[in-house]
Amino acid sequence: MAVPRQILVALVEDKPGVLNRVAGLFRRRGFNIASLAVGHSETPNMSRMTIVVEGDEGVRQQAARQLRKLIGVMEVRDITDDAIVARELTLIKVKALPDNRSDIISIVEIFRGDIVDVEPDSMVIQATGDENKIEALHKMLKPFGVLEIMRTGQVAMVRGSAESTKNLSQVRPKFKDIGGV
Amino acid sequence: MKLTGSQIVLECLKAEGVDVMFGLPGGAILPFYQTLPEYPEIRHILVRHEQGAAMAADGYARSTGKVGVCIATSGPGATNLVTGIMTAHMDSVPIVAITGQVPRAMIGKDAFQESDVTGITLPITKHNYLVMDTRELPMVIKKAFHIARTGRPGPVLVDIPKDVQQEEVEFEGYPEEADLRTYSPVAEVDPAEVKKAARMIDQAKRPIIIAGRGVNISRAHGLLQELAEKAQIPVITTLLGIGSFPGRHLLSVGMPGMHGVAWATLAIDEADLLIGIGMRFDDRVTGDPNLFAHRAKKIHIDIDETEISKNVKVDLALVSDVNKVLGALNPLVKHNTHPEWVECIDRWRREHPSLAFRETEDLLPQFILKHLNEETQGDAIVVTGVGQHQMWAAQHFCFEKPNRFITSGGSGTMGYEVPASMGAQVGNPDTTVWAICGDGGFQMTMPEVLTMVENNIPVKLVIMNNGTHGMVRQWQELFYNKSYVATLFQTPDFVKLAEAFGCKGLRITEKDQVVPAFHQAMKHDGPVILDFVVRAVENVYPFIPPGGSRASMEEDPNVSVAMG
Ligand SMILES: Cc1ncc(C[n+]2csc(CCOP(=O)(O)OP(=O)(O)O)c2C)c(N)n1
Repeated sequence: MAVPRQILVALVEDKPGVLNRVAGLFRRRGFNIASLAVGHSETPNMSRMTIVVEGDEGVRQQAARQLRKLIGVMEVRDITDDAIVARELTLIKVKALPDNRSDIISIVEIFRGDIVDVEPDSMVIQATGDENKIEALHKMLKPFGVLEIMRTGQVAMVRGSAESTKNLSQVRPKFKDIGGV
Repeated sequence: MKLTGSQIVLECLKAEGVDVMFGLPGGAILPFYQTLPEYPEIRHILVRHEQGAAMAADGYARSTGKVGVCIATSGPGATNLVTGIMTAHMDSVPIVAITGQVPRAMIGKDAFQESDVTGITLPITKHNYLVMDTRELPMVIKKAFHIARTGRPGPVLVDIPKDVQQEEVEFEGYPEEADLRTYSPVAEVDPAEVKKAARMIDQAKRPIIIAGRGVNISRAHGLLQELAEKAQIPVITTLLGIGSFPGRHLLSVGMPGMHGVAWATLAIDEADLLIGIGMRFDDRVTGDPNLFAHRAKKIHIDIDETEISKNVKVDLALVSDVNKVLGALNPLVKHNTHPEWVECIDRWRREHPSLAFRETEDLLPQFILKHLNEETQGDAIVVTGVGQHQMWAAQHFCFEKPNRFITSGGSGTMGYEVPASMGAQVGNPDTTVWAICGDGGFQMTMPEVLTMVENNIPVKLVIMNNGTHGMVRQWQELFYNKSYVATLFQTPDFVKLAEAFGCKGLRITEKDQVVPAFHQAMKHDGPVILDFVVRAVENVYPFIPPGGSRASMEEDPNVSVAMG
């Protein structure tokens, strides 16, 4: 049975050590990361992470809360159940000789991928899409001899201009600091 | 005003109101140490091992509610703090550890005594900092204390490279406020949820409260008592919750869990509503989480949202400081009584005399602790190590006030008793501090007795000299067919040792010497070691084996249950 996957999006401070804190948290709590992608956000000095976690409902709740508790993490959204777009990018280096090059090219076209490098005996293909599409492409190219695969992991975003209210109720935004105890 | 990094740190500590630090110098922290004479208002106590510094800071913090401070050099000095920092982390104790680091240009080069201390302590601190810009020092120190003390408290480590300590920069004073936009320690109480909780409490027939360290930390004992009395709810206190509810109160039930009193175990098992307050459903409390309070609806009041439904799934959570939650909840709860339920618990108390122990001429640890409790009347601070003596102390001491019973719960750190009692005494010079030591634990940190002698820190140290790692021996007896591997050991002559350290030592072997020994210790102005030579083979009861439940509770086979 496939392990359920949860998609968390976190807005984090762009500071040394934050990625380490996040990765360390998932490791020591025993949460499996299927993928983690991080890059600058629209806000200066803030990065956004898309983390795909494997685990059940309990892991889902704990992972989001534990993440939110970290100093350096501004906000966490659990967007697993929301209407989202999720994409990843893959680079595939495949064996390609003159006699099968055109077969490969036609497969790449079906998947709307790009050929970004051609050598006498190999090609590098770039494709983006959701996980299923990427995996289907890998499967189709396998018979030609795949030499190397790179994947970025998913980046995901809620559809539409309104912020999802559902995810907000699942994981409340950080509390206002109302002073010490 | 231009100051060196070291002067800036000390200015900030002074502004923070730090009056004492525990530490031990070394190359990478020397610029800081050499600046200390300029700040005579901050007392420095030189420990014998950095572990002692961290644990003394911990004992100071638990007993005063203030942030404890410890100092160490880079590499081995910093790693020696680790066990103490972890101990504080597990029990939510506010300490700030300041460590020296190799100069900035040498970081990452495997320099002499370099170690990645922020990396090492990442999972055992609430937060930590490596200061690479001297101008950031004031704000980092401000943040460190703010984070350590607020919300769910915890240890914060600040690692300062040697050249940062030496560099001169402009100092513009200690910041008023910590600039921390990604830290929010306390949530607002949700009034709708509070209302629901009040209804659940009003409707319960067999409600029970389990109060933990959170109540002690927040000093919410008054509000807890108000709630318990208003709705007549019996109160169980966890190991770290001892003192959060008056021990002699009619509604006081005692300690739950692995070595908890039988009537607490039974009450949890039979309850129809369980209210966990500032406690975290630790496995030593719950045993099998699926059977724990299986008849009860559960309300969990805690400041830390990650504790909600982490170990035991709860029906309602109130996430905020316990003072805020009870402040909102108590007025909504109706006056109520549960005479049958309270009487039922009292009947279990009579039928299962968990605190009784057998009549014998042998000197038993339980006997000693029972008498020390009678002598101290809950007025002393009692610090324990980890093991059998700790559990007996938790069972036999009774406190009316919070934060008097100090023990390593979450991490169960042996050797805690000596340095932590020292820290507690430094923070409470007018209170008698008793350290209840295992002979095993005492041997782990005993050099700190010399620190006590040197600084006239008059802790009364009680050693339960049973020549064994008693608690482990008990497990070997019960689970490993009495195969005593690596648990029997030779003890030194503790009285001679006391003399060698320059403190008073007394050996007690008979029951009638026990109380006079306490009196002698009290009269002596300085640290005292009382070497109680106790019976080696004695087990702590009740005992619920790990992962067990009410059904697997074993009671003392030497005590008859015919008292009811
Ligand atoms: C630092 C550390 N090492 C090992 C243990 C495992 N352990 C738990 S209790 C115990 C025995 C404690 O012996 P002692 O201090 O003599 O106390 P007693 O149980 O005899 O009262 C040991 C070894 C521990 N808790 N802490």
